Amino acid sequence: MAVAAEDTGTIPEGSTGQWKDKKRYLWLIGLVVPSLAFLAVGMREFTGWGGWLWIGPVVILVIVPAIDLIAGLDRSNPPDDVIEALENDRYYRWITYLYLPIQYIGFVGAFWFIAKGDLSLVDKIGLAVSIGCVGGIGINTAHELGHKKESHERWLSKVALAQSFYGHFYIEHNRGHHVRVATPEDPASSRVGESFYRFWPRTVWGSLKSAWNLEKKRYARRNQHPFRLGNDVLNAWLMSAVLWAAMIIAFGVGVLPFLIIQAVVGFSLLEVVNYMEHYGMLRQRTGPDGTGRYERVDPSHSWNSNNIATNVLLYHLQRHSDHHANPTRRYQTLRDFEESPVLPTGYAGMIVLALVPPVWRRVMDRRVLTHFGGDISRANIQPGKRGKVLARYAGTVS
Amino acid sequence: MSRFVCPGCEYVYDEAAGDPREGFPPGTAWGEVPDDWCCPDCGVREKVDFQATAQESRS
Repeated sequence: MAVAAEDTGTIPEGSTGQWKDKKRYLWLIGLVVPSLAFLAVGMREFTGWGGWLWIGPVVILVIVPAIDLIAGLDRSNPPDDVIEALENDRYYRWITYLYLPIQYIGFVGAFWFIAKGDLSLVDKIGLAVSIGCVGGIGINTAHELGHKKESHERWLSKVALAQSFYGHFYIEHNRGHHVRVATPEDPASSRVGESFYRFWPRTVWGSLKSAWNLEKKRYARRNQHPFRLGNDVLNAWLMSAVLWAAMIIAFGVGVLPFLIIQAVVGFSLLEVVNYMEHYGMLRQRTGPDGTGRYERVDPSHSWNSNNIATNVLLYHLQRHSDHHANPTRRYQTLRDFEESPVLPTGYAGMIVLALVPPVWRRVMDRRVLTHFGGDISRANIQPGKRGKVLARYAGTVS
Repeated sequence: MSRFVCPGCEYVYDEAAGDPREGFPPGTAWGEVPDDWCCPDCGVREKVDFQATAQESRS
């Protein structure tokens, strides 16, 4: 191939010598999210209108879904022979690192404004919700960093989680969720018939419990108790405790309710995305009697989307099938697989649907059914609703 | 002493070095690693998926 190229002076068909990453500079748009804190406070001061303080939820629930519908899809995959170079290009990882200082300067600034600004209660709640949105998308940054083998990236992952007091996610996601994904045992894989509001307590409590047990088990192998600083659940929570205590010491105990609001908004934003990533997906059990191990995770076990706006904001999180197959792969090299199930729009727009359960089920249950070739019994179904779900879709072949 | 590699992400378990963080001190034989132990880097592959590598331990 290389010889032919030299002979003709052209690049042979299928060669990728001239491939350029069209999204290279688009990834910088991800930094718009943490900058929203500055925009919210700045525009409120400039215009005097408190509505600006609600910019976080407006961007995530209205503006990004609208851009997704207009900007459409991006299915481009990096060719195999550039993946290694792309993976090693440090420019991409610096973009994720940069999220953190912007996130935390905005966080401190917002709490200063909540404490010292002339804000009404509604204004303060709006700003806390917006900061929560930054923290929630920050969990996505933490997710990208936490999967990496480099120890400084793993540490930065926990730093990003400190704001929303969700440091146990670092353990649970990598060692719990990825192992049990698309099985009934995974608290973070949602089931057909399970609304987001029912999923929320199951995943929040189940993930916390699972994270603790994973670290306890790790120490038990060394015959040690888990109450020590090396416990990644405890040291991550400690970071949050220090951060929150610093805010209270600096700005008074009056900021505590707003710290809690932003944390709940932040981790709920993560959990609603968890809700849609594996809805109804089920890995079948191997062995002749169906009691063996679960089949290996493959592209058919995650919902994907190629909507470019959300993909750029969430570092290709929507190329979720490739992520589950290759969790240590960096965002810029994640690929789209033809055989993966696809959501009707980007994750941002799907959040809006998930918040209204009847609409969600109307849109999604049919897609789960199609995915399983008309046999809904192969889906992950809410136990109490199994009879009802089976009866509704019995014999319906889409 | 043998080495075992994760087929998903190239994490290597070296019996000589063990993996103290995971609770396996240096010298822990592969047979002593529990069957439900997963690759600590990718979380995708379990112990049974690991492949013995021809390369012997360096230590």
